[in-house]
Amino acid sequence: MSATVASYSVSYHQFLDREGRLIGDQAPALAKDYQQLISLYELMVETRTFDRKAVALQRTGQLGTYASCLGHEAAHIGIGSAMRAEDCFAPMYREYGAQFYRGVKMSEVLLYWGGDERGNNFSGPTHDFAWCVPIATQYLHAAGAALAFKLRGEKRVAVTVVGDGGSSKGDVMEAMNAASAYDLPLVMVIVNNQWAISVPRSKQNKAKTLAQKGIAAGLPSIQVDGNDIIATRWAMEKAIENARKGEGATVIEMITYRLSDHTTADDASRYRDPADVEEAWKSEPISRLRAYLEAEGVWNESEQARLDKQAAEKVEAAVKEYLGTPTPTIESMFDYMYAQIPHDLQAQKEAALKDAE
Amino acid sequence: MAKVALVEAVSMAMAHALREDEAVVVMGEDVGINGGVFRATAGLQQEFGDQRVIDTPLAEVMIAGMAVGMAAQGMKPVIEAQFMGFVYAMVDHIISHAGRMRHRTRGRLSCPMVLRMPFGGGIHAPEHHSESTEAMFAHMPGIRVVIPSSPSRAYGLLLAAIRDPDPVVFLEPKRIYRWGKEEVPDDGEELPLDVCFVLRDGSDVTLVTWGAMVKETLEAADKLASEGISAEVIDVATISPLDMDTIIESVEKTGRCVIVSEAPRNCGVAAEIAANLADAGLYNLHAPVKRVTGYDTVMPLYRMEMKYMPSVKRILGAVNEILEVS
Repeated sequence: MSATVASYSVSYHQFLDREGRLIGDQAPALAKDYQQLISLYELMVETRTFDRKAVALQRTGQLGTYASCLGHEAAHIGIGSAMRAEDCFAPMYREYGAQFYRGVKMSEVLLYWGGDERGNNFSGPTHDFAWCVPIATQYLHAAGAALAFKLRGEKRVAVTVVGDGGSSKGDVMEAMNAASAYDLPLVMVIVNNQWAISVPRSKQNKAKTLAQKGIAAGLPSIQVDGNDIIATRWAMEKAIENARKGEGATVIEMITYRLSDHTTADDASRYRDPADVEEAWKSEPISRLRAYLEAEGVWNESEQARLDKQAAEKVEAAVKEYLGTPTPTIESMFDYMYAQIPHDLQAQKEAALKDAE
Repeated sequence: MAKVALVEAVSMAMAHALREDEAVVVMGEDVGINGGVFRATAGLQQEFGDQRVIDTPLAEVMIAGMAVGMAAQGMKPVIEAQFMGFVYAMVDHIISHAGRMRHRTRGRLSCPMVLRMPFGGGIHAPEHHSESTEAMFAHMPGIRVVIPSSPSRAYGLLLAAIRDPDPVVFLEPKRIYRWGKEEVPDDGEELPLDVCFVLRDGSDVTLVTWGAMVKETLEAADKLASEGISAEVIDVATISPLDMDTIIESVEKTGRCVIVSEAPRNCGVAAEIAANLADAGLYNLHAPVKRVTGYDTVMPLYRMEMKYMPSVKRILGAVNEILEVS
């Protein structure tokens, strides 16, 4: 005897097509909430302005290696804007749009990539995790945060992000498994930007979707157009609401494209066809939202000019603050290792101070 | 008062911590209803419930990673690796996150967690159940490494480790889990996490050791005493940070030092102690510093494990060698 004991499907959600037209009649209220859409659009533009400036700073020797977020604006701001301040964000390392929404300052992002730990001591929600370079480990930190909230009976949700490359790591599967076993208030996003440095999505595995990893763990798992802010925000709101109600975790795969190099230390022209990138630009998130807002008659050239000026000024102020931050002290290398410095480390600190005289 | 074994003292300390601080949770594989494979968590889930003493899926990376997340969000997880041989999957989270959290966020977040595990050989266990790789953790900044060698030290040091605001790797010498029972009052008194214990005063040679090797080292000291040689015995206990002051003070008195460790020799904690003695204690030494350690081989399966680990005979051999030269 053979029988199907379980079968599954993964749904895909998109509300705004790449020309900026609403698809179907199921669009959430956000599609007509122009005030809110415009504020999200403004942050998307500011984030891109920031990103271009950060790359320019690196190219001119004023910033260290920097991981660009170009093309991810709808995914990231969809994530950040659906969260409450008391929720907890565990990012990877390029989700600046989400973090700006939550109150992290542009100058703090620059400080971190400018080689200064003080960037991690940011003014966004102080319980949020800092940038996470080792790949995918943040998934489990978010799961731990979610378990802490659940054990304490707090109505808080943890949100985390990994890439398509990172989704191949065991941490992701173990976090999904834990989320399922403990019914965690957790939203796990896979921002699938098609590239893990030089390795394309197709080489991570042959699965049709990455979202289905969540199904393996018994979690509701969906795919959305990661370049459609209406879709990313809608999916996040729904998942966060479920988590807050005690209905457990969700996996959301957001399909987007890394329009930049992996970091400023990378040269993507070595491994990908410029024609593919050119094609991907046609789906990028900002121009489609602008087209939609203009078609709805709530945005125009002069609004855009005002926004561009405002974004440039904001970024310039952040750059000024970053460049004006003095280098850290030698003491700071030692003083944060432990709550109380051990005697042997105290001796090393004194020696380091003496050597620096 | 009934005498308790080291493993029972570990359990007592966890129970005390669970009672005194709501943020403390115990997590690991089989730590719940089963009470742990060595009974270190026996009775805890019955007393504190399954929201405080939490069985986990069989996933070491998950246990460590979630503990980091919980600790950063105000909990005090005490997690267990069932054996040290299974801790390596956890190491990424311990080194890359737990040990760095306070530093890299300039104190905004911290990681008050304890990773405890049984370690060391000599119990006829299967492969991957007998290693001693404490040096790996001691090499990593931001992590305290603590090894008790008696029931009372297990109780006081584990309480201190759980209360400490930073991550602590707590290695339990499983060969002596049930050796050397003592009366241990459950008084909540902790022991310092940066001070060695002088177990025996002596004047001719300093024997420095930790973990289960305390047993053989004390036996060697007894043997030496019967031959008229006075050996001071130091239990390092806090591998990182290392209390060199106590060791150097002892060597200033005895002029001779033998370091006993069942870990591999290369780049071990014994080497660190020897290097510190060369740096700060050389002019008080009458003889070379000797290390009696495991070999730089894979820990053998159990038919040969006692040939790998330092014996009383090997300790006495090293002491006699340096007594001959001076």
